[in-house]
Amino acid sequence: MLSLRDQAALVGIGETAYCRAPGSGKSELGLMLEAARAALADAGLAPGDVDGVVTPIWGASAEDFAVNFGVRDLRWAVQVNMGGASPVVGLQNAAMAVAFGIASHVLVTFGWNGFSGRRVRGDFSALEDELARFEASIGVPVRDFYLPYGSASPAQWYTLMAQRHMQTYGTPREALGAVAVACRAHAQLNPRAVMRGRPMTMDDYLASPWICEPYKLLDCCLETDGAAAVIVTTTERAKRLRQPPVAISGVAEGHPWPADDIVNRPDLLTIGLTHAAPRAYAMAGLGPEDADFAQVYDCFTFEVLHQLEEAGFCARGESPRFVADGNVALGGRCPINTHGGLLSQAHVGGMNHVVEAVRQLRGQAGAAQVDGARVGIVTGWGDFGDGGLAVLRSLA
Amino acid sequence: MSDVFARPLPKLQGLTAEFYAFTKRRELRFQRCTACGVWRHVPRLWCAACGSEAWEWARSAGEGAVYAWSVTHKPMHPGFLDLPYATVVVELAEGPRLLTWVRDVAPADLRIGLPVRVDFEDASDAVTLPIFRPR
Ligand SMILES: [Zn+2]
Repeated sequence: MLSLRDQAALVGIGETAYCRAPGSGKSELGLMLEAARAALADAGLAPGDVDGVVTPIWGASAEDFAVNFGVRDLRWAVQVNMGGASPVVGLQNAAMAVAFGIASHVLVTFGWNGFSGRRVRGDFSALEDELARFEASIGVPVRDFYLPYGSASPAQWYTLMAQRHMQTYGTPREALGAVAVACRAHAQLNPRAVMRGRPMTMDDYLASPWICEPYKLLDCCLETDGAAAVIVTTTERAKRLRQPPVAISGVAEGHPWPADDIVNRPDLLTIGLTHAAPRAYAMAGLGPEDADFAQVYDCFTFEVLHQLEEAGFCARGESPRFVADGNVALGGRCPINTHGGLLSQAHVGGMNHVVEAVRQLRGQAGAAQVDGARVGIVTGWGDFGDGGLAVLRSLA
Repeated sequence: MSDVFARPLPKLQGLTAEFYAFTKRRELRFQRCTACGVWRHVPRLWCAACGSEAWEWARSAGEGAVYAWSVTHKPMHPGFLDLPYATVVVELAEGPRLLTWVRDVAPADLRIGLPVRVDFEDASDAVTLPIFRPR
């Protein structure tokens, strides 16, 4: 059987600056173009080399992006509709396209004005747009059966799973806090992190106010403006480009059932990643025990615990032990979110997780470098628990 | 409760309209597959259990138990500023679960398995929402 294992590689990475107030001052399309240009320069490619694009479902159409970017012969374009799982799943799409020669260099980007464009922090002026996006992204059930009860945000939806886990396994609050504290500590090492210079302790975490119980303020990711982008090509071509190549050894997407309705799932803790992770590991011939680090999608702290379990880093109910005692901090057994994550670097739908994984595997992660990192895992989480997982490996 | 901002209401079209036409009459009904007997919610065209397109609106006895919940402390929508409030997953005896409100129970007193019974609240002239109370 054909396999995508090591067929495609990441050869360019790019990011905009990440910011909160006063906002980027740019459109989401403008941000994605800027990140894409940086990725192109990193790879040593020209705009004419790109013939495939993968964009999210907002900001612009894939074609609009391609026109602005100067792609005159667009051979393949797709918009991935999996929320924050879109970047990792975008890698799967790009790998398929280059492996079969549909396109030669595919640009995958994700950006949004999460601070200035879609704030819900006491300012409801953009709420209608936000709710329309959820309806387009997730489906009709959220509009007809969740919103009428004031359940209108990811914090409110995902806490149903978190609360169920905490009730079932006695998950302590400090386990959620350990994730927040590790991400914040890593952000102190990252000049691109919004929370650099603002360290945080477990006491700070425990003292932060409720947002949606069981989530406190410091369980929640940042709302930021920015974009990130990566370029995918064949492994063969990658070896001739200027950066140390990073292979996509295994990648998969998964969807919970039903994908558009959390509450009627037979088991609230079975998510897309539950299905995706074993597929990605089988493709790679590598598993969580082989990973030198993991960039785990951290829209909220519990989602990290949840994904560590469903991705097989530990058994169900064991994530509190897994994250204790600095195991997920740099220098620990399995460092997570070495850039600070969505919790403390910036929220660009997890594309920054992919970028950071590439930096680590190239040995370019600066003060946050994991010594001798050869294999890394990146997860994506979107919408009502759609999932993606990529196993990346250094070929240098 | 705030009357200043409109609360979001279901779009009364298709199967959603049929579901809420029954709640307007203070009846809680779900689709039940007439081929294999499985109850389902939210409304769907086909039975995911057996593939049948045949179904009926079957009346629920309205008794269930609390399955999960979360408690909103920060305003997430201007139509819901009476804080904090709990949004609760109730599992009906017939099988389907609803995201809903449980009245007469403080958020701190919610627990998994708490027995509840359906009641109804008018959200507008056109829409009546199923809600629950302890039984
Ligand atoms: Zn059936």
